[in-house]
Amino acid sequence: MSLSRLEKRFADLRAEGRGGLVTFLTAGDPDLATSLEIVKGLPAAGADVIELGMPFSDPMADGPSIQASSLRALKQGMSLRKTLDLVRSFREGNQDTPIILMGYYNPIYIYGVETFLADAKAAGVDGFIIVDLPPEHDDEFCLPALAQELHFIRLTTPTTVGERLPKVLNNTSGFLYYVSILGITGTAAAAQDVVRDAVATIKAQTDLPVAVGFGIRTAEQAARTVQVADAAVVGSAIIDKLKEYLDENNRPKPGLTQAVLDYVRTLSEGVRSARG
Amino acid sequence: METPNSYKNGPDERGHFGIFGGRYVAETLMPLVLEVEKAYKAAQADPSFQRDYDYYAKNYVGRPSPLYFAERLTRELDGAKVYFKRDELNHTGSHKANNVLGQILLARRMGKKRIIAETGAGQHGVATATFCALFNLPCVVYMGATDIARQAPNVFRMKLLGAEVISVKSGTGTLKDAMNDALRDWVANVEETFYIIGTAAGPHPYPMMVRDFQSIIGREAREQILEAEGRLPDQLVACIGGGSNAIGLFYPFLDDREVAITGVEAAGHGVDSGEHAASLTGGKPGVLHGNRTFLLQNEDGQITDAHSISAGLDYPGIGPEHSWLHSVGRVNYASATDNEALDAFQMLSKIEGIIPALEPAHALAHVCKIAPKMNKDKIILMNLCGRGDKDIFTVAEALGVKI
Repeated sequence: MSLSRLEKRFADLRAEGRGGLVTFLTAGDPDLATSLEIVKGLPAAGADVIELGMPFSDPMADGPSIQASSLRALKQGMSLRKTLDLVRSFREGNQDTPIILMGYYNPIYIYGVETFLADAKAAGVDGFIIVDLPPEHDDEFCLPALAQELHFIRLTTPTTVGERLPKVLNNTSGFLYYVSILGITGTAAAAQDVVRDAVATIKAQTDLPVAVGFGIRTAEQAARTVQVADAAVVGSAIIDKLKEYLDENNRPKPGLTQAVLDYVRTLSEGVRSARG
Repeated sequence: METPNSYKNGPDERGHFGIFGGRYVAETLMPLVLEVEKAYKAAQADPSFQRDYDYYAKNYVGRPSPLYFAERLTRELDGAKVYFKRDELNHTGSHKANNVLGQILLARRMGKKRIIAETGAGQHGVATATFCALFNLPCVVYMGATDIARQAPNVFRMKLLGAEVISVKSGTGTLKDAMNDALRDWVANVEETFYIIGTAAGPHPYPMMVRDFQSIIGREAREQILEAEGRLPDQLVACIGGGSNAIGLFYPFLDDREVAITGVEAAGHGVDSGEHAASLTGGKPGVLHGNRTFLLQNEDGQITDAHSISAGLDYPGIGPEHSWLHSVGRVNYASATDNEALDAFQMLSKIEGIIPALEPAHALAHVCKIAPKMNKDKIILMNLCGRGDKDIFTVAEALGVKI
């Protein structure tokens, strides 16, 4: 069976002997055009996997940075349909970098699961992280997505222990996203030895790559993460960088795209030098 | 649609009422939600849990609450006899105590060391802060900034009771935003914290558990009306935000087919105005705060803001069991506007000497519409679920009075 774009990316990383960088941005923040410009620049800046947030009015599991980011995008008229447009535009110039859509279930439910999966696949989406769909609700979206050969990536957390872990691993594909701290996005990072133990526990039960996120803000932290995991996920910190370049009306100031991409580049350098 | 043998069988083991309900929460919370369910089942099977509940319900909350025949109101409306279930006489001034008592006893059984809650009007926050004081547990209440401004007396009450009140500025600063932030707190402090949800919504088992604790209202009312009238009422009426007082009154009557049941949503400036909180009348099914239910939302699935003069009804969703009862047609759902509720609020104060909360004033507005059209031998039983002391500033402002 041929590898999916996402599987190939992790296979290549393994072959290169380095960890990956997964970057998160909210689609349409601060506006559709700027957002597309940034996303187009991410592969060259060193992002190995792109996670795009689907804006939602009530992002319960996110901290202040991503909440604000989501609301900025919605205020500019962002929608799920436009998020797929953004992916389609990106794919015109890039066939190698996987894109994972991350968000909450309601906008997809309202769009219609089957229609959404077909449109997402046609646009060039590779997989999904849907925060509020635990394994108990796999029949809603996870199984239909897998049937379309799209990945369903699940979060595991420090509370995913005992019998819960195999339940979460079941039907997870592409990679596993280990949330290294209990809490919302954008808070403190976990200690490396704690993460190492957690990744080892997970790896004992699955062959899937494990990406680790929540609280990673610096190249050094990203480097320390990929010393013990397959990839580091950075989200809130990139969004905080983006926000530095917004004026009081949340309009982009000159240099925004460059600044965000430069920041991603430093993270990428950290990740690439980590196992050197 | 097929009529079920009983309307009281839900939810199923996955927490569904028909297509509604469920457990749509982040993985961090999932083990805890399952643990709450397990602990609740064990508590239900333990006679000492019910004994503790009954003890505090009787001696601390003041149950049973009276069933009162509103004679002057009945004469005024010149139609059906109107009875009130006086849950506004509970300690803390609303039906919220029934639920908080049950959940805090459960939290203690589970060995939890910290309590969090969300609140809209502040009634649930006050009830939670009260029981936390009684049981010596630290209490954090999330409350929207908008609600804090319009419910100052309850904010002060909570602080007097020793609770920390956190002002939530995200979104519109109302109940849904308070619930988002309470969920964020819970995700971060999941090991030691118990989240006391104030309405019959959220992930399973909350809608079931809150309904069970609130059903004391309907069980008492059923006995009391049989004693007073020798028969069941023709019509039940209760207001609905999330719908906990309503499900509490309705549930024990669901299989009494001769009893008509109406829930009254908040129509704000009118359902057609777009500024309302009538999820069933003006919304459609979606997924928010852990359950599938009717929600106010736009065509992209973004949750829209609710509006009601009553902070307790100002929520864009509704408990999943109500969505199901609506879809199977067992309960009829109506609505009342801000102005209708204000009129009812003033009327009841003058002719019965009872100042109702703005929430049940919506139910009363509906009673005023239907009672005159019913025969005098008919009986309406309405849940007067809260008292209005907390609302006098809001009402004064709406009437243009300075106090």
